Amino acid sequence: MTTATPRPGTPGPKPAPPPGRTGVPAGRPTGVPGQRPDQQRADQHRPDKTGEVRHEPASVVPGPRSGPEQVTGAQSIVRSLESIGCEVVFGIPGGTILPTYDPLLDSTSVRHVLVRHEQGGGHAATGYAQATGKVGVCMATSGPGATNLITPLADAHMDSVPVVAITGQVARPLIGTDAFQEADITGITMPVTKHNMLVTDPAEIPRAIAEAFHLASTGRPGPVLVDIPKDVQQAQTTFSWPPELRLPGYRPTTRPHSKQIREAAKLIAAARKPVLYVGGGVIKAEAHAELLELAELTNIPVVTTLMARGAFPDSHRQHVGMPGMHGTVAAVGAMQKSDLLIALGARFDDRVTGQLATFAPDAKIVHADIDPAEISKNRRADVPIVGDAKEIIVELTDAVRGEQLTDLGAWWAQLDGWRTTFPLGYDWPDDGSLSPQYVIERIGAIAGPDAVYTAGVGQHQMWAAQFVKYENPRTWLNSGGAGTMGYAVPAAMGAKAGVPDKVVWAIDGDGCFQMTNQELATCAIEGIPIKVAVINNGNLGMVRQWQTLFYDQRYSNTDLGTHKHRIPDFKLLAEAMGCVGLRAESKDDVDAVIRQAMEINDQPVVIDFTVGADAQVWPMVAAGTGNDEIMSARAVRPLFEGDELAAGVDEIADVTAQALEESGE
Amino acid sequence: MSETHTLSVLVEDKPGVLARVSGLFSRRGFNIISLAVGQTETPGVSRMTIVVSVEDFPLEQVTKQLNKLINVIKIVELEPAASVQRELMLVKVRADAGVRSQVLETVQLFRAKVVDVAPEALTIEATGTMDKLNALLRMLEPYGIRELVHSGMVAVGRGPRSITAASAR
Repeated sequence: MTTATPRPGTPGPKPAPPPGRTGVPAGRPTGVPGQRPDQQRADQHRPDKTGEVRHEPASVVPGPRSGPEQVTGAQSIVRSLESIGCEVVFGIPGGTILPTYDPLLDSTSVRHVLVRHEQGGGHAATGYAQATGKVGVCMATSGPGATNLITPLADAHMDSVPVVAITGQVARPLIGTDAFQEADITGITMPVTKHNMLVTDPAEIPRAIAEAFHLASTGRPGPVLVDIPKDVQQAQTTFSWPPELRLPGYRPTTRPHSKQIREAAKLIAAARKPVLYVGGGVIKAEAHAELLELAELTNIPVVTTLMARGAFPDSHRQHVGMPGMHGTVAAVGAMQKSDLLIALGARFDDRVTGQLATFAPDAKIVHADIDPAEISKNRRADVPIVGDAKEIIVELTDAVRGEQLTDLGAWWAQLDGWRTTFPLGYDWPDDGSLSPQYVIERIGAIAGPDAVYTAGVGQHQMWAAQFVKYENPRTWLNSGGAGTMGYAVPAAMGAKAGVPDKVVWAIDGDGCFQMTNQELATCAIEGIPIKVAVINNGNLGMVRQWQTLFYDQRYSNTDLGTHKHRIPDFKLLAEAMGCVGLRAESKDDVDAVIRQAMEINDQPVVIDFTVGADAQVWPMVAAGTGNDEIMSARAVRPLFEGDELAAGVDEIADVTAQALEESGE
Repeated sequence: MSETHTLSVLVEDKPGVLARVSGLFSRRGFNIISLAVGQTETPGVSRMTIVVSVEDFPLEQVTKQLNKLINVIKIVELEPAASVQRELMLVKVRADAGVRSQVLETVQLFRAKVVDVAPEALTIEATGTMDKLNALLRMLEPYGIRELVHSGMVAVGRGPRSITAASAR
């Protein structure tokens, strides 16, 4: 059975039903794998009258009932992972986690993937979670092993990905003594996890792991770290499942308030220029089908953010593109000119809004999110709705059905005008080199919408978001919030481990690739045949683009030498790592090489696409400027106020340089 | 003075809770004026009284972010008019025989207590609102304050209701 999939339907913090009304005799074994065995146990925690804080019902802990039995703490960890349905752990052993690795060797249901670097393990867990919707699990030893997990944890935190990290800690008597390989990992990761805990009592292990999975996967998902000292793993203890969750302060709201839904429906019905601003929360809530229904019912244009690519089919007439810094002119323009933004599981990130003061100045805001702290954080909401995106969309659809909808013909005419005048596009480099956009477009066309795509961070990431056409959720995985270079390869590894029947492409840059390509060895040895497209422009391309635009083409430390010296030779590097290495340097090679890679299913493949260094990501809203300043693909500003296509790139560069200084970027 | 609010925050009595709360305040740029923490009548539940200055952030963001901490059970804002708010201060004042009677008179006016006497100094214990304690300090300053220590502010709502009991939903 699966672990806690981000959950609609999870019984929230509703009052426990009175005893005897559940229809199941007490004590009846319900531990059938594949069922939710303890649905019926909600009555065991009765409201008490003493004023004592009550605990959440244990009904949310999945897994077959077992125990009690005498085990070691280490066995308890492994048994807990097995019970909760964990399929795969990405990790590396070391001194303080060694006890746990011993029973892990015997586990038949938990596969351990021995990664080459803990960062790779963390991103793999994230990729696994994003591709499957289940909780991704990584494991590391204390000290440097644990600190190497910080980047992936911060990354998962920013993108709300359900990840559980289990780390070894020095033995209890040594904590606080600066012992060998000691790091205060709970202290260090406090700001970059949803929650973390240090387990000091071996009897608490099942509960700690169950709570970690519950916290990671419910409410607004996120990473949870469980730190377990070595002597706690070695101690004798009792294991039984399921444990009782004790999270009195954790009560995520999943059901939206009906009054807010009615208010939102009224605004939607009256709006002349509405936009559905769809964020990653829609994918996490598995609400893509419901979104499609709402969109088609209302005829409202849809924009999908970087985290939401695939939440709504790109091929759909109502999809006007990705908004934000490198969004389409139509999507950015739609939001700027909108009179009603319906934000669903989105968070008004600065990369979407641009300069906040000038963002969508005429729009009323309906903001639906499961995290109340996101609502009105950056932009004040007129109608706040806290709840699960799926439940919200379903109720909103029902409410809108009863309303008389405004005709959006004029709005669509305006949007279609932008779409026709400023479609996504690219020019071939003047120097005759290969166009990176073309390469990415062809990968998307050949691998198709059923494949899973991961990306690193930078130009190639934006092109992959723009030029691959996504039709399905959980097919586009990237590091959106944290912007973690090096995400692509390990995330692809995790995704492939989670959905082995799908083709998984890592679209990576040559800079990113050199940060985490050690996991190719893991992929080769563990039998995880991912495909890696290195979009090799020889440079830190996005930084170079900013230097071109805003730093007088002074290219300080962005040339990686990968072109000049062919160091490293990615083809040879791939072969050294046990992968197939391919290379494409001209347009004619591209399709053939992609098809060749598609035919290799028993080994990872790396393709070095040697592309031009001067290609740029367009459109662009430069950091610190308002979205009205968007520059289209032709390096001109569509200037929504008038029809003139004025303001060349130089003028924008001046505006931007000033804005950058002001915003401190 | 900027706008301040008094928050009563019920938290699970677990290691690291104080670090989570204070870390949240510092990384989000919220400004703590006073923080006091102690046990409550319920085992396992501690209560923090946080006086927060909200110049740059709406109070709503502060409480929402606090609420996201898993160990935070409940947050209640205590309005000054509807609550009793107290702070404890110990102050060591220079007071030789020449001025001692004047200092003692001030102590009495503020209904404070002398808790230690030495030939050159008095140690005074005073409780009250921040305003009252500040007023007392202003009166004592001319004699020479040798040492000053403040507790954080604690507060409780007026009337029969209890926020702790209500936390059991």
